[in-house]
Amino acid sequence: MAFLNDDIRKQITEVFAPMKKNVNIALFVKESGCDSCEDTQGYLEEMAELSDKISLSVYDFDVDVEKASELNIEMTPSLVLLDENNNDLGIKFNGIPAGHEINSFISSILEVSGVGEEFPQELVERIQKIDKPVNIKVFITLSCPHCSGAVSKAHKLALMNPNINAEMIEANTFGELSEKFNVSGVPKIVFNEGADLLGDQPLEEFLNTIESL
Amino acid sequence: MSLDFSLSFNTEEKSNRLDPSIIYDTIIIGGGPAGLNAALYATRKGMNVGIIANRIGGQVLDTSSVENYLGFNSLAGEELMQKFEKHVKEYEVAMTSDVLVKSIENDYIKKINASNGKIYQTKSIIIATGSKPRMLNVPGEKEYMGKGVAYCAICDAPLFAGKDVIITGGGNSAVEAAIDIAKIANEVKLVHRSEFRADKVLLDKLYSLENVEIHLQTQIQEIHGEMLMTHITALDKKENKEIAIKADGLFVEIGYLPKSEIFEGLVEMNEKKEIIVNNKAETSTKGIYASGDVTDVPYKQIIISAADGAKAALSANDYVNKLK
Repeated sequence: MAFLNDDIRKQITEVFAPMKKNVNIALFVKESGCDSCEDTQGYLEEMAELSDKISLSVYDFDVDVEKASELNIEMTPSLVLLDENNNDLGIKFNGIPAGHEINSFISSILEVSGVGEEFPQELVERIQKIDKPVNIKVFITLSCPHCSGAVSKAHKLALMNPNINAEMIEANTFGELSEKFNVSGVPKIVFNEGADLLGDQPLEEFLNTIESL
Repeated sequence: MSLDFSLSFNTEEKSNRLDPSIIYDTIIIGGGPAGLNAALYATRKGMNVGIIANRIGGQVLDTSSVENYLGFNSLAGEELMQKFEKHVKEYEVAMTSDVLVKSIENDYIKKINASNGKIYQTKSIIIATGSKPRMLNVPGEKEYMGKGVAYCAICDAPLFAGKDVIITGGGNSAVEAAIDIAKIANEVKLVHRSEFRADKVLLDKLYSLENVEIHLQTQIQEIHGEMLMTHITALDKKENKEIAIKADGLFVEIGYLPKSEIFEGLVEMNEKKEIIVNNKAETSTKGIYASGDVTDVPYKQIIISAADGAKAALSANDYVNKLK
C-alpha cells in the first residue's frame, strides 16, 4: 500500500532537497499488539526513499532490548532522529507522525540535517543557559492543524540544548498515557511530567515554563 | 487512524521573508481569507506587499468542512486555505508567519514592531487579524479548560471517542461540530441559550442523528468536576428550573471576538472592540485599512472577509498612489 501519493512525494522531495547532513531514523516496532506499527514502518520507508540523506533502521522492541533502552524507547511505534554519526539528539515521535504531524516530522528532519530555522540571538542565549534536565512531552492528535507547530518547537529546543529531550505523543494511540496526564485538549505540552501548557504557545512561553521548573 | 497527509510545509517561505530594510507599499497583518485576498489584489495592482501572520490560513484551518464558498461544493477548511495561499504565492508576496505584532508607530512611514524583535516599515497597513473563539464566561470554564472544556472541535474531537460530549452554541460552527463529534462520541448534547441560527441544511442533518439530544433555551451556569470536568449545570428557561447534564467534554462554539487589542488607540472601535470601517475598508486613521472578522462589518463569513480584503487592498493602493 502506498501511503504518499505522487503529488505529495514530489513536494516532499523538493522540501528535502536542501538537506546538508545525513539523518538516521531509528524506528521501534513490535510483532504483535501494535496496531499502527506496520503502517508506521511502511510510511517511514516511503519517506526515506525521498532523500538519499535519510536512512531508516527498524528495530524490534522485544528483541533489540539494548538498543531500545539506549534510546529510552518506552512504547511502540516510536522513532528517534539520530544525526549523521548516530548520536541521539533527544528528538522522538511516539505514534505515527502522519496527518498534520507530517509537517513536524519534516521540520525536525530538516533541523537535524542542518537546514533549520535560525532564532534571534536573545532566544538562543536563553535556550543555551538551561542547565537542568528537561523532558518535554507534546500530546497531539493527527487531525489538529496547529499541534505540529508545538512539536517542532519542542524538538528544536532539544536540538539546541543537550539537557533537553522532547517527544511527540499521539494521544489516541497512547490513550492510557494521555489519561494519566489528563489530556483532553491538544496540543498539551508537559514539562518534566509536571508543569504544562495548553495550545501551540510561542517559544517564549516554553522558555518561561522551563525556567520556572 | 487518520493517514491523510496534510502537508503544509513550504520551501519558499525562508527565501521570501519580510525584510526590515524595505519600505513596503502595504503590510497586511493576518493570514486568513481577508489578509490573503488583500495580498492578491494588492500585488496584482503592482504594490510591494508583505504579510505578517500568526498562522497563514487563520481560523479557517480549524474548520472541518466549508460548504458555502462559491465554486466549491464541499472541502476541508484547510484545503480551501491552501488554495488561497498557493494562489497568492504565484506572485511576489513576502510572508512571515508564526509572528505576532506587538505595536505600531503611525507616521508617514509606519513601523510595525513584531514579536521576532524586528521592525517592519510600510506606507500603509491592512489589519486582517480576524477573531478568536468567544468564551462562555461561567464559573469552572477556566479551571476545566483543556480538562474537558475545548474550543477546537477538529483538534480535540478524537480525544472524546465513545464519550459523552456537550456542545454549546446555536450557529453553523456549533451545529457542524455536533454533527462531526456525533460520529465518534457516545452521546452528544447540544445546549444553547436561545434558538438556532444555523443554516437549515445543517439543522436537517443534525435532527437526523440518533445520538444527539438538543436543549434549546438552556443557559449554561457552571462547569463542575474533579480532576476533569464531570457535568454542567444549566438553566432550562422554558421550565425555569436548573438541570445538570453529565459529560466528559464541553465544546464551546458560541462565536468569536475580534483580535483588536493591539490596535486600541490607533483606530476607532465600536463597543464590541471591532474596528470601525467605512464602505472602502478605511479606518479612522489615514493609511490604515481593516477587513474581515476584526471589523464591524456584520456576518462573519469566509467569502465576506475575502471580499472585504480586496476592498482594503484597492483602497490602500489608491492611498499609496496619491503619496507618490
